[in-house]
Amino acid sequence: MKLFKNLLASVKPHFEEGGKLEKLYPVYDGFATFLFVPGHSAHSGAHIRDGIDLKRTMITVVMALVPALLFGMWNAGYQHYLALGLNETVTFWEQVGFGAMKVLPLVIVSYSVGLGIEFAFCVIKKHQINEGFLVSGMLIPLIMPVDIPLWMVALSTAFAVVIGKEVFGGTGMNILNPALTARAFAFFAYPTFMSGDKVWINTSLNEGQAVADGFSGATALGELATTGSTDIKPMDMFLGNIPGSIGETSTVAILIGAAILIYTGIGSWKIMLSAVLGGLTMGLIFNGIAEFMISPEQQGFMEVPYWEHLIMGGFAFGVVFMATDPVSASQTSKGKWIYGFLTGMLCIMIRVFNPAFPEGVMMAILFMNVMAPLIDHYVVEGNVKKRKKRLKVKTA
Amino acid sequence: MSDLIKIKRGVDIKLVGQAEQIYATVDQADSYAVKPEDYQGVKAKLLVKEGDEVKAGSPILFDKNKESVKICSPVSGEITEIVRGEKRRLVAIRILADKETKFVDFGKADPGSLDTAAVKDKLLSSGCWPLIKQRPYNIVANPERSPKSIFISCFDTSPISPDMDFVVHGMDKEFQTGIDALGKLTEGKVYLGVDARTNPSNVFTSCKGVEIKKFHGPHPAGNVGVQIHNIDPINKGEYVWTLSPQDVIIIGRLFLEGKYDAQINIAVAGSEVKKPRYYKTRIGASVKNFLADNVSDGKVRYISGGVLTGTRINSDGYLGSFDRQITVIPEGDEEEFFGWISPGLNKFSISRAMFSWMMPNKKYALDSGMHGEERAFVVTGEYEKVFPFDIFPVQLLKAIMVKDLEAMENLGLYEVVEEDFALCEVVCTSKIPVQETVREGLDLMLNELGD
Repeated sequence: MKLFKNLLASVKPHFEEGGKLEKLYPVYDGFATFLFVPGHSAHSGAHIRDGIDLKRTMITVVMALVPALLFGMWNAGYQHYLALGLNETVTFWEQVGFGAMKVLPLVIVSYSVGLGIEFAFCVIKKHQINEGFLVSGMLIPLIMPVDIPLWMVALSTAFAVVIGKEVFGGTGMNILNPALTARAFAFFAYPTFMSGDKVWINTSLNEGQAVADGFSGATALGELATTGSTDIKPMDMFLGNIPGSIGETSTVAILIGAAILIYTGIGSWKIMLSAVLGGLTMGLIFNGIAEFMISPEQQGFMEVPYWEHLIMGGFAFGVVFMATDPVSASQTSKGKWIYGFLTGMLCIMIRVFNPAFPEGVMMAILFMNVMAPLIDHYVVEGNVKKRKKRLKVKTA
Repeated sequence: MSDLIKIKRGVDIKLVGQAEQIYATVDQADSYAVKPEDYQGVKAKLLVKEGDEVKAGSPILFDKNKESVKICSPVSGEITEIVRGEKRRLVAIRILADKETKFVDFGKADPGSLDTAAVKDKLLSSGCWPLIKQRPYNIVANPERSPKSIFISCFDTSPISPDMDFVVHGMDKEFQTGIDALGKLTEGKVYLGVDARTNPSNVFTSCKGVEIKKFHGPHPAGNVGVQIHNIDPINKGEYVWTLSPQDVIIIGRLFLEGKYDAQINIAVAGSEVKKPRYYKTRIGASVKNFLADNVSDGKVRYISGGVLTGTRINSDGYLGSFDRQITVIPEGDEEEFFGWISPGLNKFSISRAMFSWMMPNKKYALDSGMHGEERAFVVTGEYEKVFPFDIFPVQLLKAIMVKDLEAMENLGLYEVVEEDFALCEVVCTSKIPVQETVREGLDLMLNELGD
């Protein structure tokens, strides 16, 4: 600890006014405050403060993402060896090792590109470095297919940070969730790498290996959208040993994350609950009207038991980690209920109605991100009207 | 409306250093200060100069905008120093107190037999008037007005605050007389808000001519703003006056004894006070004697008032004109190595991101550290947990930050003052200076729209 203190003290003069690296002060400040929470004491207002700060908040969310990350690593390896028909012969640790080799580079690329751009913006704008990207940087790899080329991740991340966040003024000012912006960019720019049945599983072969007979790499949603039925069992969807984006497959791992977020009070349980209710409602409606559909695929998709939608695809991951992003979600309590419910409904609706977007949750959340300020506006207006009415009753 | 009002949102921060219910004695302070800036909304002009002799009740300052409003000396003695700050701004008038206090005689009177004008006159001439505050804006009341009601909160829920029942004990007569006088000032009601969680003193419960409302809940249930909001919220163009119980007693004494007797009971509290006790003193006393040999070693912060709303002072500073408490807590200016990832067992948090949630009954010795840096608003729903108003706190603050007067008015700035936002400031993840912002908003409105 002393070592770090001395180190910081020794480099500090270079970054201060007049120093050689004066312009890079935000970078120095970012590292210094990362190592040491600065000893500022309250200078105005309340003399005691809550122990929490934005770094703590963000790191708690990252912790909540760790189960999904670890599971995703294992599953990437498991799916790979499954496709090759080798799961009988490899160990658990070989599966994890293979997955880690695939997933960690994505994480590293996402963090280094994202943080690099954030630092650059802070240096240009002479701002302090904000912690927002700590979470986005972890989310981005978790919502990508495992086989996506690294440069695509880098480009999507750059797009998300610049267009999704910095142009609006940085952390706290963005309209869209940055991680989903990255995914949407990749999805529309490189659709062949983001959908279909080839991308979810790494099938790179070493000498003497071959893809097993009868192997299909499609996700449950992908199958449902094309054929109206899937062979993947609900239990597997819940546990997560199925193809899909890295972090989204295991509902169990996501639920652990949700429990951390709700218990610490950092994620909004209102949004999570209302989105689940919204999803269930839409699922029930579809179950009810399925028989009136003409095409058998559509009918099959609509007949999927309403609760299965919750564990299929990215619904759980999106609802727990993306819809709850406090900056892009509704900010009022009533607004959160509406926002969450509509997110859940829209997600299932897009999923079922539009075969081009078997993953509805991304579009649903991005759409509701745009709508959130409008919802808040009407909630706040309601409060203003109430106040005005009170005055009118008095004066009448 | 029922007489019991439940406040659900809020939080009681448990701190060590609550004052024990004993009056300790120290040598009475020999120096007192009147700080004009404590009297919000008053444009203070001096009436004395250095070397003048004053009695308790002699006017020292008057308000340039409302000349009848005078601020009077709490003690008799000699004006030793007039402290000025930047641009000759008046900071404090210091008075060296006589051993024996000499009072200006304002004449005894029964408020029941006086008319409104006579009561007002007496309060104005004796210097008791500035004890009455007006909402909106939390400023000294305008004597030309008649408020729609007067609110007195008879309990303080903020951490390690003085026990109101204890400090008014035995002053039934003074309190009742004060209430009688105040009753003349409004055509509406005089409300007392009492604590439903304890057994309130019969000074309050047996008081006549008032409407008693019980409040049950965590801080800020004892804030008069919360009580007004729940009983008779302030609309645009309406005025409510507020006082604290000890100020009612000072007014009562004016009518019973004919003098401005600024005696108050204060608590000296906080984790760094060796023996947290109560003391009898006068408004504006030097805090030196209460703290001599009574504060732990190490870096500490002295506060006139409580931890949420008080003002930072030096160890030889003075009690603020409206403060009834001195608090001493550790200064928190130490850097923390990886502080944002440490377990945080000694840190209070309303979230459970600190592992102190494992000890729900723990009493904290919190220091003055910010535990982080200021950021843009990110987390939502946080203020609402501790803000029991039907008002959107973040939206209101944003309206203030962009100086949008219409939005400020629409979102309910008339109903709140700084102290109502104190807990929002405490729990803020983004470390936004909330109380300062609210004051800026109130001042802006006051300047643009007048009181």
